[in-house]
Amino acid sequence: MAQKGWKEISLAGLVADPGNSVAYETGTWRAFRPVIDFDKCTHCMFCWIYCPDGTIMVEDSKVLGVDLKHCKGCGICATECPRKAIIMVEEAKAQRG
Amino acid sequence: MQETQYVKGKFVALEGDRVVAEVMRQINPDVVAAYPITPQTEVVQTFSEFVADGRVDTEFIAVESEHAAMSACIGASAAGARALTATCGAGLALMWEMLWCASGLRCPIAMAVVNRSLSAPLNILTDQTDMMGARDTGWIQIYAENHQEVYDNAIQAVRIAEHPDVVLPVMHGLAGFVLGHTLGRVEMLPDEVVKEFVGSYKPRYSLLDIEHPTTFGAYDHWDYFFEHKRQQWEGMNCALKVIAEVGEEYGKLTGRHYGLVEPYMLEDAEVAIVIIGSAAGAVRVAADQMRAQGVKAGMLKIRCFRPFPPSAVAGALKDKKAIAVMDRSSCFGAEGNPVFIEVCSSLFQRGIRAKVVDYTYGLGGRDTVPGEFCQVYRDLLQVVQTGVAEPVFRYLGLRDF
Ligand code: SF4
Ligand code: SF4
Repeated sequence: MAQKGWKEISLAGLVADPGNSVAYETGTWRAFRPVIDFDKCTHCMFCWIYCPDGTIMVEDSKVLGVDLKHCKGCGICATECPRKAIIMVEEAKAQRG
Repeated sequence: MQETQYVKGKFVALEGDRVVAEVMRQINPDVVAAYPITPQTEVVQTFSEFVADGRVDTEFIAVESEHAAMSACIGASAAGARALTATCGAGLALMWEMLWCASGLRCPIAMAVVNRSLSAPLNILTDQTDMMGARDTGWIQIYAENHQEVYDNAIQAVRIAEHPDVVLPVMHGLAGFVLGHTLGRVEMLPDEVVKEFVGSYKPRYSLLDIEHPTTFGAYDHWDYFFEHKRQQWEGMNCALKVIAEVGEEYGKLTGRHYGLVEPYMLEDAEVAIVIIGSAAGAVRVAADQMRAQGVKAGMLKIRCFRPFPPSAVAGALKDKKAIAVMDRSSCFGAEGNPVFIEVCSSLFQRGIRAKVVDYTYGLGGRDTVPGEFCQVYRDLLQVVQTGVAEPVFRYLGLRDF
């Protein structure tokens, strides 16, 4: 995202366009990536409820995966998953595949 | 030529604290959140009576501390309300964290500060340690010399704070006890004139504006925090112009004109005292006495300390042979007290190499009388005669210095 000068930005950092946090890609903070084992997952939605960034992608009551642009890698989902279906993998390793 | 017609007010004798409360009544703000502390108590006490008697529509929040008072004012201001408060000394210190939030969130709150020292040793009397300590919090600071200025500053503070080019909080200082608790003569304007002068507050953003939902106080990272601080600088820079404009407009209305600084007998003066606040009255008397003895003595009173008006100060002092800057606070370990540092920097940046000395005076409520300021003028004559401004740091009215 191109950074703006002080004349172009809102006064005092007020956020006047609600929901614009989507434009802020917190995924760049991630050191560990959640990887879901769909053989274990029962789609109980615990991870979806607990994720502080709303990055668990869901469709038709099924977990599809993680929005990696915004998942900051906090690991809350892995801790809360009752099926231990989520493991946190080192980001560098995950990227190497 | 038509004679200028000023609004006719009513002359009353009021204590400085009551003057502040009366202005708050005349303004009838949306919210006042305040906590009583000597010597400001009478402001809150008197205003709460106005609330109880139904003389204002203000939502009065009796908070549990000054930290809460400032927090509540910030919340109210963010919600789009005109919020006023008052404090002093330790109360201002307890607000510290929130002072920065008020200025950083651009909440145009106006606050009277009934200047008091900071303990320890325990002391509740006047000096400017409280406000001088808060000089970097991003608040505009103006100071009153007498009761009339307390009244006039309290009205103008609201206009300055809310000006769209400024949008910054303003603290207006008045000496504790000396002004706060003594009776003084004040010309009070009719209520409707004050209401019209301050107008209604039109916030740019408001938490209560559900058509335009706005988040206040979101986290600001290294990538934008600096830019938002630069915006605050802009508000301060603009305030220099706005304070003078509002003072001029107020002058047209009342006949009492206000600027950033006020010279007294300064034009042809050779030796000058620079001062802020109530002791300026004693300096006027001293200057008159020295003039009667043939000494070209003058005074520069600084009304507006934040933003500091460097051009006005340097312009007024540029040809003086010796200058004494009076500081009613102590900046331990610094190369000079707050007012001295600003004055010296203003001169230096404009290539003016003046002989300037710094006097600490009046700490913890110690009175400074005209005779002592006459001694300062005589000290300055000595500086002129010898050409030596040593020692630079001096104490006025201190034993065994
Ligand atoms: S908490 Fe675990 S089991 Fe439940 S939906 Fe998420 S990954 Fe699947
Ligand atoms: S690691 Fe944290 S941010 Fe990422 S999906 Fe899990 S809970 Fe959400």
